Amino acid sequence: MCVIGTRTTCASKILGDWVAPYTATAVERLLRAGALPLGKTNLDEFAMGSSCENSALATTHNPWDPTRVPGGSSGGSAAAVAAGEAVIALGSDTGGSIREPAAFCGVVGFKPTYGRVSRYGLIAFASSLDQIGPLSKSVEDAALVYDLMAGKDPCDATTVDRPVEATLGGFPKDLAGLRVGIVRDFALDRLEPDVRAVYEAAYGDLQRLGADLVEVALPTADYGVATYYLIAPAECSSNLARFDGMRYGLRAEGADVLETYERTRAAGFGNEVKRRILIGTHALSSGYYDAYYVRAQKARTLIAADFARAFEACDVIACPAAASPAFEFNAKSDPLAMYLMDYYTIPMSLAGVPSLSVPCGYVTPQGSDKPLPLGLELTAPLFAERLLIGVARAYESGTQHAAHRVPPVLEASAR
Amino acid sequence: MTTVVSSPVQHLEVNGIPFEAVIGIECHVELKTETKMFCGCRNLFGAQPNTNVCPVCLGLPGALPVPNRIAIELLVKAGLAFGAEIPAFSKFDRKNYFYPDMPKNYQISQYDMPLSVGGSVSFWLPDGTKKSVNLTRIHLEEDTGKSIHSGSSDGRIAGSTSSLVDFNRAGVPLMECVSEPDIRSAAEAVAYLEALKRTFVALGVSDVKMEEGSLRCDANVSIRPAGWAALGTKSEIKNMNSFRSVLRAIESELARQADVLSRGGRIVQETRGWDESSGVTIPQRSKEQAHDYRYFPDPDLVPIEFSKDDVRRLRDAAGTLPQARLERLIEVDKLTVAAAHQIVDTAGLADFYEAAARMSGSPQATANFLLGDLARLANDSGVAVAASGATPEALAELVALTASNAINSKTAKDLLVRIWTSGGSPSHIVEAEGLAQVSDLTAIDRLVDEVIAANAQTCADFRAGKNKVMGFLVGQVMKASRGKANPALAEERLRARIEAGSPA
Repeated sequence: MCVIGTRTTCASKILGDWVAPYTATAVERLLRAGALPLGKTNLDEFAMGSSCENSALATTHNPWDPTRVPGGSSGGSAAAVAAGEAVIALGSDTGGSIREPAAFCGVVGFKPTYGRVSRYGLIAFASSLDQIGPLSKSVEDAALVYDLMAGKDPCDATTVDRPVEATLGGFPKDLAGLRVGIVRDFALDRLEPDVRAVYEAAYGDLQRLGADLVEVALPTADYGVATYYLIAPAECSSNLARFDGMRYGLRAEGADVLETYERTRAAGFGNEVKRRILIGTHALSSGYYDAYYVRAQKARTLIAADFARAFEACDVIACPAAASPAFEFNAKSDPLAMYLMDYYTIPMSLAGVPSLSVPCGYVTPQGSDKPLPLGLELTAPLFAERLLIGVARAYESGTQHAAHRVPPVLEASAR
Repeated sequence: MTTVVSSPVQHLEVNGIPFEAVIGIECHVELKTETKMFCGCRNLFGAQPNTNVCPVCLGLPGALPVPNRIAIELLVKAGLAFGAEIPAFSKFDRKNYFYPDMPKNYQISQYDMPLSVGGSVSFWLPDGTKKSVNLTRIHLEEDTGKSIHSGSSDGRIAGSTSSLVDFNRAGVPLMECVSEPDIRSAAEAVAYLEALKRTFVALGVSDVKMEEGSLRCDANVSIRPAGWAALGTKSEIKNMNSFRSVLRAIESELARQADVLSRGGRIVQETRGWDESSGVTIPQRSKEQAHDYRYFPDPDLVPIEFSKDDVRRLRDAAGTLPQARLERLIEVDKLTVAAAHQIVDTAGLADFYEAAARMSGSPQATANFLLGDLARLANDSGVAVAASGATPEALAELVALTASNAINSKTAKDLLVRIWTSGGSPSHIVEAEGLAQVSDLTAIDRLVDEVIAANAQTCADFRAGKNKVMGFLVGQVMKASRGKANPALAEERLRARIEAGSPA
C-alpha cells in the first residue's frame, strides 16, 4: 500500500527503491483518524503466495514457531500483530492472503466485501479480487479499523456507494437464534485428526453459544482454486505489465527497448510472479480466451450463486480457514500444493463476500513442543459486515482462544 | 473548413477490366473535455511536457481509473448525431501491449461492447450527389503519451540516440469511429472525414484538428472488379496527417494495388505508412506480425449503463445538427453544395441563414447576400455576422426589397454596410430617406435625356459600335439619380433613345 514518502516494494526487486508519491485511501483514512504508521511489513512478492516465502527481500518467521512460515501473502502483517510489534496491521486479501496468515499466526484477519474498502493506492495483484482488511489481536480492533476505512472512494470506481453499517459496538452477547451453515462439501474428514478435533470443538462452541448448525451446500466451491488460478493470473499479467524499467523501479539496460523490457522483467520478478504472468498471458491469448478466462468467469458466477443460495438457509457460514496449521519452511515446494492452501478461502474471494478468520484452538505437531494456532473462518452475505463482526466477537468472547495464549516467543521474553 | 480540392475521378483498371475502390476509415478523435478520461488532470494541447500528469495517467503502482462522465456523454451525443444505437450496457476492456509511451502497458479501450453501435454518415459530394457511409461502431478509449525521438535527422525513431516521453496526452479521452467499407474513392473518403468533422465541431465534441493530432485516421483500402460483392485483400494505411494526405495516400495506394494486380501479383494484408515526401505508401507490418492484444474486461471499472431517459436527454440537448441542416439547405432550399457547406461550417451562420431565408422566402438570394456582401463585411471587420448589427429580419427585408425591385443592388449594398454597423430596418431607412429605386419611366427618361445631352460624343461612339461605353452612360444616369435609378431600366432606355436618335 502506498504511503507518501515511503519505500513501497511489494517485496519485489522490480520496484527497487521506489518511493510512493501518494498515499492509499485506506491508509489515508486511518491517518486522518490519528493512526500512527510504524512501518511496512513483509509479504509474498506482489501478494502471490501463501507462506511469505516468495518475498524477494526478507524472511518472516512464525512467532509461534520460528521454523515455520507465518502464512501469506500478508505474513509480515500477521506475524507483526502476533508478536506484539503492532496492535493493528493492514493486509490485502485476494484469495486468502489476510485470513490464512491470520489463522497461522493466531490473530484475527478480516476481508470485507469486495468494493467496501478502496483499493486506490493498493498495488494491484488481481483487481477484481483484491481487498484491503485489518489483522488484529481482537475482533473489536478489526471492527474499529474497518469502520474507519470502509465506504465509497471517488478514486476507486469499484467501491460501492451504499451506506456503511458501523460494526463497532452493540455486539451480541451470544449467538442465540443464529443459523450457522456448515458446508457439506468441506467435510472435516479430510483433515488430520487433531486439526479435525479442533474444528469439531469450534462448531460445538458455536452451538453452545446458542447457534443452530445447519448443513449447507457449496457444490461449485471445489472448483474455486482452478477458477481462481485463471482469473487472478489473467488480471495480474495485465496489472504487472507496467513494471518495465521505463519509468520507475529496476531497469536492466538492453540493446533496445524490447531487450530492456526482457532483462528488467527477467531480473526483477521472482519465479512465482513469472509463473502467474505466464499462466495469465496464456489464459487471455487469442484462441484460449474462451476456454480459460471466459469459462473461469462463468464458474465464478456459479460459485457466487452457490453462496447466495446457501445464505437463504443460514446467516453465516463457518469452516476452517486452512486445512493445517503453519507448515515448515520449504514444505510446499510444489506450487500446486501451495495453491491448495487457499482451498477454504478462495471461494469467498470469488464470491466477493465478507469473511474473517478468528483463532479457534491449537494443535501441537508430533515431535514439537510448540502449539500452533488454527483459525475458524466465518463468512457472511455481501455487505453483512456488522453481522459477521458481531458473530465473530461473540465467538471470541465465548471461547477466549485468542486472549488466553500468546506465542511462546513472547512468553519467553516476558520472563 | 477548408475543402480539399479533389483530383479528377480516379479510374481503376486492371488489364482492361474496370475495378472499384473499397475503403473503410477508422478515425481517432480527441474529445474536448476539461479533464482527462480517467483522472482529474487537465486535457490541454500544447502545455509544457509532463505538467498535466498524476499517479493515474502516469500508471503509477496502485493508481486506479475513474471514468469521465462528460466524455462518455460526448461520445453518446456523437453516436446519436449519426442515428447510432446506444446500447443499455457497455463496458471498458484492456488492450494489452507494451510500448514506452503507454504508462500501464495496456490501454483502456472498448472491445466487444462499444458505447455506440451502427448509424450512418451522410454527406454531399461537390457535384451534388448524396452519399451515406454506415458506421460500424464508435467507442471510447484513452490516448497514449507521445514519444519524442532525438538524435536522428528527421525526429524519427530510426537513427535516434534517445527518446523522451511526454505524458500530457496520456489518458486524454479518445473516440474511435469505425466506418463500414462503404467508401468508393479517395475524394469520398475526404468528404466523409469532413462530414465527421463538421458534426463533431457542431456538437462541441472535439476541435478535430489534424495538425494538433485531435483527429487521426487510418484507411483500410482494397480494390475489386467493379460491381463484385466479395472484398479484396486490404491494406491499412497509416500516417496521414491532413485531409490532403488522406486524398493522396488513398489514391496512391489504389493505384499501387491496381498495378500489382496488373502485373499478376497478389495484394498481401499489411499495414503501410504514407510517406508524404515520396508520395507512396511503404510497408510497415504484415498480418503475421499483428499483436495479440489479449483484450479482457477492465476489472478496475464497472460497466456503463444507459437508460432510455439518459439517451433521450442527450439527444434533445444536441439541437440541429449539420447533417440535417445540409439536407434542408441542399435538398429543399436548392443551394449549391459549396454554399450549403460554407453556411453550415461558419459558426452561427446557419441559424442566421435559416431564420432569414424563412422570412424572406428566397433561400438563394438570402444565401447570396450572406456569402457575398455579409461574408466580406465579416471578414474585413473580424466580427461574425450574427454578432453584427444585421439581423435575420433585416436581411429578409433587404432580400424582399431587392426582389421586388424596390431598391437597386447599389442601394442594397449601402444599406448592408449601414445596418452592419448601426442596425435598423432597411425598409424604414428606405422609406425615411427616399432611397427607393426609381423605376418610373418618366423620371428615368428625364435623367436619360439629360445624360445623352451632356455626353453627345460618347453617344456618338456608342452608335458607332463602341458598346462598352454603355456602362459609363448607365453610371452617369445612376449618379444623376443619386444611386436610386433602376440600372436595368436605365440601360434599356438609354439604348432605346440613343438608337432612336438624339432628341436634341
